[in-house]
Amino acid sequence: MLNGRPEAGVASGPVLRTRGLCKTYRTGEVEVQALRNVDFEARPGEFIVILGPSGSGKSTFLNIAGGLDSATSGEAWFEDHSLTQASEAQLTRYRRDHVGFIFQFYNLMPTLTALENVRLVTEIARKPMRPEEALALVGLEDRMDHFPAQLSGGEQQRVAIARAIAKQPALLLCDEPTGALDSKTGIRVLEALALVNERIGTTTLVITHNAAIREIAHRVIYFANGSIARSETNTVRKAPSEVSW
Amino acid sequence: MSALRRKLLRDLIRLWPQALAIALVLATGVGTMVLANGAYLSLFETRATYYENSRFADIFATATRAPKDVAADIARMDGVAIAEPRITALALADLPGVAEPASVMMISIPDNGPQRLNRVVLRKGAMPGPGSFDEVLISESFAKANGFEPGAQFDVLLNGVSRSLKVAGWALSPEYVYTIGPGELMPDERRFGVVWMPERELAAAYNLNGAFSSLLVKLVPGSSESKIIEGIDTALKAYGGQGAFGRKYQTSHAFLDAELLQLKAMSLILPPIFLLVSAFLVNMTLSRLIALEQEQIGLLKALGYSSWAVARHYLEFVTVIAILGTLIGMALGAWLGSGLAELYARFYRFPSLVFARDLQTYAIAAAAALTAALAGALQSTISAARLPPAIAMAPPLPARYHKLVTGLFDVARIFPQSTLINLRHLAHWPWRTAGAILGVALAVAVLVGSLWSFGSIRYLIDVTFNRSDRQEASIYFPTAKPMAAAFSVARLPGVLKVEPFRSIAVEMSFGSKKRRVALTGRPVGTSLSQVLDVNLKPVPLPGEGVVLSKALAGILGAARGDIVEVKLLEGESKTISLPVSSIVEGYFGLSAYMEINALNAKLGEDAAISGVNLDIDSSQRAELYAQLKQMPSTRFVTFQKIAMQKFRSTMAENIYTMLSVYISFAAIIAFGVVYNFARISLSEQGREMASLRVLGFTRAEVSALLITELAIVVLLAQPLGWIVGYGFAQAMASAFETELYRIPAIVGREVYAYASIVVCLAAGVSALIVRRRVDRLDMVAVLKTRE
Repeated sequence: MLNGRPEAGVASGPVLRTRGLCKTYRTGEVEVQALRNVDFEARPGEFIVILGPSGSGKSTFLNIAGGLDSATSGEAWFEDHSLTQASEAQLTRYRRDHVGFIFQFYNLMPTLTALENVRLVTEIARKPMRPEEALALVGLEDRMDHFPAQLSGGEQQRVAIARAIAKQPALLLCDEPTGALDSKTGIRVLEALALVNERIGTTTLVITHNAAIREIAHRVIYFANGSIARSETNTVRKAPSEVSW
Repeated sequence: MSALRRKLLRDLIRLWPQALAIALVLATGVGTMVLANGAYLSLFETRATYYENSRFADIFATATRAPKDVAADIARMDGVAIAEPRITALALADLPGVAEPASVMMISIPDNGPQRLNRVVLRKGAMPGPGSFDEVLISESFAKANGFEPGAQFDVLLNGVSRSLKVAGWALSPEYVYTIGPGELMPDERRFGVVWMPERELAAAYNLNGAFSSLLVKLVPGSSESKIIEGIDTALKAYGGQGAFGRKYQTSHAFLDAELLQLKAMSLILPPIFLLVSAFLVNMTLSRLIALEQEQIGLLKALGYSSWAVARHYLEFVTVIAILGTLIGMALGAWLGSGLAELYARFYRFPSLVFARDLQTYAIAAAAALTAALAGALQSTISAARLPPAIAMAPPLPARYHKLVTGLFDVARIFPQSTLINLRHLAHWPWRTAGAILGVALAVAVLVGSLWSFGSIRYLIDVTFNRSDRQEASIYFPTAKPMAAAFSVARLPGVLKVEPFRSIAVEMSFGSKKRRVALTGRPVGTSLSQVLDVNLKPVPLPGEGVVLSKALAGILGAARGDIVEVKLLEGESKTISLPVSSIVEGYFGLSAYMEINALNAKLGEDAAISGVNLDIDSSQRAELYAQLKQMPSTRFVTFQKIAMQKFRSTMAENIYTMLSVYISFAAIIAFGVVYNFARISLSEQGREMASLRVLGFTRAEVSALLITELAIVVLLAQPLGWIVGYGFAQAMASAFETELYRIPAIVGREVYAYASIVVCLAAGVSALIVRRRVDRLDMVAVLKTRE
């Protein structure tokens, strides 16, 4: 059911949508409500920054949106496909075909070079770009044959971005992409994200603790206590190079 | 309990499957050590005690008819403690329920007083009473096989006269621990037994009053056996002496020696393999544990624990595993040992055979297991102890991988990325990968090194019974007879074909080497029993010269064209020189062949024969057997077909028992190596695998990553295992080779295939167990944590 992604028609509707999304974790006696009735929509090509303190539910939200975790109640859709009703295998398919992930700690294969890390994804994707092209997009055309251990943190994160976008995903989910990086390197990573968003039109969700990043987004969502506290739309977006922290 | 001990306990509980896998491999090492050493010791000591208690003779001699005075003279020789004359004779027996003619070895027991040497042990019933008539003791296995309780009767042909003997009791003798009939390859309790009869009766039956035909000699400790043998031969020369010999040539003793030799070989070959693999597993597992606990080690040291305390903690971890393995191994060894003792009890007739619960055997095995485990732990423990706290507490540096080949073109492009991950991960830990390959290869090798015996024995049976000795039966005459005897056998009912042979006991020497063998003479162009060369082509016996079996030629060191000295041990004692005209194949005993007329010419006799080989019409078999049983000119009869069946069933049974043990052991090694390797690989790559799941790789694809890595190791191990296994097969075959028999080391292709299948199955099972862990990888956690 999640396999075919119509190119036209639905494209104008929301890429990701949730209604009354709830998630409760139970650890022993303690019950933690990580998400409470989250209603959310992301339109095609939108660059959204999600802010909020630790434990506010933003990561849980991202995990459910990315098909890594299941909701306790409520519904989530990718385009017109329900994520909350999908099976394990369908969620794997969804991640494989439609979602690009970027993690705080890059999660690259240490055994593969930059190019091979990207190729790892293009080998199984349905409509990938050339791995060299993806790396060029993030400015790493000269470092393609290096292993992760031979790259700086910022470079590793840009390889991760190239790996995530090489499949031309509809959705790019980034969990603290600059969390492990210094400001200068972080900005280079954000530039890469912004460029990809602009060139390929991938809907991008970026979770961060870093309030400074909000200025490069189309829209900023504030999470608190498991729900969306408020949302802002930037009338004027700053370029990543203009922000600092 | 100290906090560190508590950690130790929890580590063991957490890592129990890996710890158990290592313990099991260790246990097989300990088990085989306990089994082989224990069995060796049991057999060796049981035999020594039995020989001591029953006063087993040191030298054995036979003569045609020697006056008892000669025995008294021999008894007075320097170095002789006791010389006991007696009468022995091989007699045909007609047993109820046995169609074929059977034979019994008649042995006299003194009329007054007990035997001084080779004393029998009474197992049931009573000794024949004084003044009894036709009362005898019979060997226990013969009694059991034929259901002869005391009081039972059976007929024997004593010196051509049929006598009905009455069983007084059952007995065992140190001379017949391994009770094999004349000319036979395997014991057949139904068709051969030992019968002890009072001397006066046996002497009367064979006209040997005041004389003897067999002499047992006990030496004074430290005296020279060869010198006394020389003296005995001289003393008996005039009375048809057939050459005295020491225990080495005594059949039962020689078979026990062969068994002891094989146990020794087993104890030297098998346990070291298992211990080596265990050491490797300990090394691999502990290295990974210490790498994972690097920060904890740093913390412990920062808190003030000494390097020794850290090292001791990990050594204790290994020691617990070693103790566990040792305990399982001891139980395993004791269990297998009592099984082997039972098996032995069926072949070797001792008054009692108990598997040795010898403390030393267990202590040595335990020490070996602990040494192997600690040797495996040494390197990683030292590195843990040496780790400076500041470095230890920092997270480990990411592993730096390298391209496998740096060349002009991109070799890596030909592989999918997942295979590249496998290859680079394997290449990054070359010693560990090599160790795992070697471990799996040893599992394959253990199987190849044991499975080969199947095909080899089939081959040996085929060569011996279908190509070489194809006669259905062989009749041996009591003494050499003129060729006419062959014609009278040919006239018996059901005899289709007769081929005569001449057989004479000789001592063959070349240089300083000499051996007692039977020299067989056969006509040219026989079709029933033929001599085969090493390529299994029939060899026409030359008009002159002697043909030696490969084993005999090897022992003597004689090659084609050499001149061997042949001393006749029967009849007119003389020595002749013969050129070796060719070397032939032969798996049983040591053989030498000549053309029958050439042999008789050398002996200075007319056409004389010792017996005939027969082909029989099966429809007239019963009639023929009935006549043979009553034929005074028959000393004993052997039946090739029965021998083959007996040989096949006995070997099959022994080999099946042995193989099930070897297969289990090999499976344990393969399982242990693959399981630990997989767990460590998963521990190192679990994070990446979870990341792949996040990226949209399916469970099957991620599992395939791990399974491919294991498959590469297992596949690379196969050819190495075949080569090492072939070496084991050769080593086993030569270690098992004795003068009694040798098994050709034929390793067929199916042996390699079976070995690989068993190992791949065991590896597959452990891979599937680890795969379940791949399915449970936590995708969310991996995003949040740094390695």
